[in-house]
Amino acid sequence: MIQLDSVSKTFHPGTVNEVQALQPVNLRVSQGDFITVIGSNGAGKSTLFNLIAGTYPPSTGSIEINDIDVTKQPEYRRARHIGRIFQDPMLGTAGNMKLEDNMMVAYRKGFKGLRISLNRAMREQFRSGLVDLGMGLENRMKDNVRLLSGGQRQALTLLMMVISKPTLVLLDEHTAALDPQNASIVLELTQRYVDEYGLTAMMITHNMQHAIDYGNRLLMMDKGEVILDMSGPEKSRLTVGGLVDRFHRIRRRDLESDKARLS
Amino acid sequence: MVEAILVEGLLYGIMALGVFITFRILDFPDLSVDGTFPLGAVIMAVSIVNGVPLALALLLAFAGGTAAGAVTATIHNKLGVPNLLAGILTMTMLWSVNIRILGNRANLSLLRNETILSAVTERLEMVMPRQWAVFLFFVAVGLGVKFLLDLFFHTDMGLTLGAMGDNQQMVVSQGVNPEWMKVIGVGLSNGLVAVSGAFAAQFQGFADVNMGQGIVVSGLASVMIGEFLLRSNKIGVLTFRVLLGSIVYRGIMYLGRYYGYHINLTPNDLRLLTGLLIVGSLIVSRYRSDRGESARLRKSIRAARQERRAKDTG
Repeated sequence: MIQLDSVSKTFHPGTVNEVQALQPVNLRVSQGDFITVIGSNGAGKSTLFNLIAGTYPPSTGSIEINDIDVTKQPEYRRARHIGRIFQDPMLGTAGNMKLEDNMMVAYRKGFKGLRISLNRAMREQFRSGLVDLGMGLENRMKDNVRLLSGGQRQALTLLMMVISKPTLVLLDEHTAALDPQNASIVLELTQRYVDEYGLTAMMITHNMQHAIDYGNRLLMMDKGEVILDMSGPEKSRLTVGGLVDRFHRIRRRDLESDKARLS
Repeated sequence: MVEAILVEGLLYGIMALGVFITFRILDFPDLSVDGTFPLGAVIMAVSIVNGVPLALALLLAFAGGTAAGAVTATIHNKLGVPNLLAGILTMTMLWSVNIRILGNRANLSLLRNETILSAVTERLEMVMPRQWAVFLFFVAVGLGVKFLLDLFFHTDMGLTLGAMGDNQQMVVSQGVNPEWMKVIGVGLSNGLVAVSGAFAAQFQGFADVNMGQGIVVSGLASVMIGEFLLRSNKIGVLTFRVLLGSIVYRGIMYLGRYYGYHINLTPNDLRLLTGLLIVGSLIVSRYRSDRGESARLRKSIRAARQERRAKDTG
């Protein structure tokens, strides 16, 4: 469904600051995959997401979504198929607008016309979605989103992403800025939506345990390369220790420092 | 006196609504307003003198302003120029364009021609005096524009415009091209400004290429005064308080003009007064938010202390 062919990215090519952030990578994401992506800082995880989302174009290679070549499409055009959530809870919602207005903007992807869609039926639909979050947000639909906490805001972003029915979901460390309790609430919610709506998702995380517990496929990245791609029973048997061993065998170097950063 | 202030407030209030759209909703500080206000005036004046139907003339003024706003947004979008500079470029170019439209003149009198205002007052002559007719006319126009804008900001497109001023990434993530949204928003804003200019020309009986000088600052002052008067997150209240702020601003200017001589104030000082009004509102709003912040901080410290005390005793 998503196909990356030898996609790579080099920043500042031809200067002293040249950085190869992503080595040529081939990746095939199938319908219904839930892929977790781990790796230390600078491994190229966010670069991979930015290339798929179209924040910037790749230096080489091509990207296809549903058999359509989107390599040259600008970000806003690709966004019709992609739902993306960032680490910063502020980036997914407009703080100075009401909750219901935010949901209305997210409801339909693409160019917005002069229709007034926010009516009673729509509000009822939004309300039932908010009830499912279990945070009492259904009583605050006329409040500005600015008044919500980070965890509430990220949960709302998740709900808004789901109601826009994307083909692919990109979760860029979406629980990293939350406290442990809120992080687990948002993670559980993520799992529930993935099951309920059969979403195809990719999730970056710095938590090895989460990377093992969630999803049916795991990618490990290091220095701009995908060094490990596991799925099925092989992945379900994984433990944190086993993952560290694998990394050690591949990279032949001490992982102590990386372990400290990853767990 | 009171109805003069109200009329001026509503007339320039349409311009202030345009300034409100760019400065407050789109977060796109647009200075083309200083050029599009006289643009609306000169298009209206030339159309009237050449016998164009009045409704069509007003529509032309709106279209001219919208096109100029679209130029500003396009310069910003395509050339990566900061929005302030894009506005200044358009404004500077419009000065020459406006003189061209007037036929290489700097001003044009409308005193012997039928305008929308004279048509309205003539029709209502039997019923009420001229001043009242003008006043009622501008109440209708001001509120009419306000309600149309409210309606627009309830549409999907209007909501998306609001979201973009707040968080552009969110709009991009929803599959909307932010460049188009800027063209639409800045265009609409300048269309309203031009309509306001068109009415100003008819109200004062002439169009002048210099009538836009400093107009964006007066619009901003009106918007900020309005923000003092009412607080809300409902678009209907937000647009209403712009009109209200415009009326209060014109009231202050009126007092400055007619009673300022008591403190040696001349009409030439009014721009200084406008600037000081803005600086003053900035200081007060800053003080307010500081106070709110420190109150919140004090409250949280007190709560933490109480919790500790409860733990110690319990």
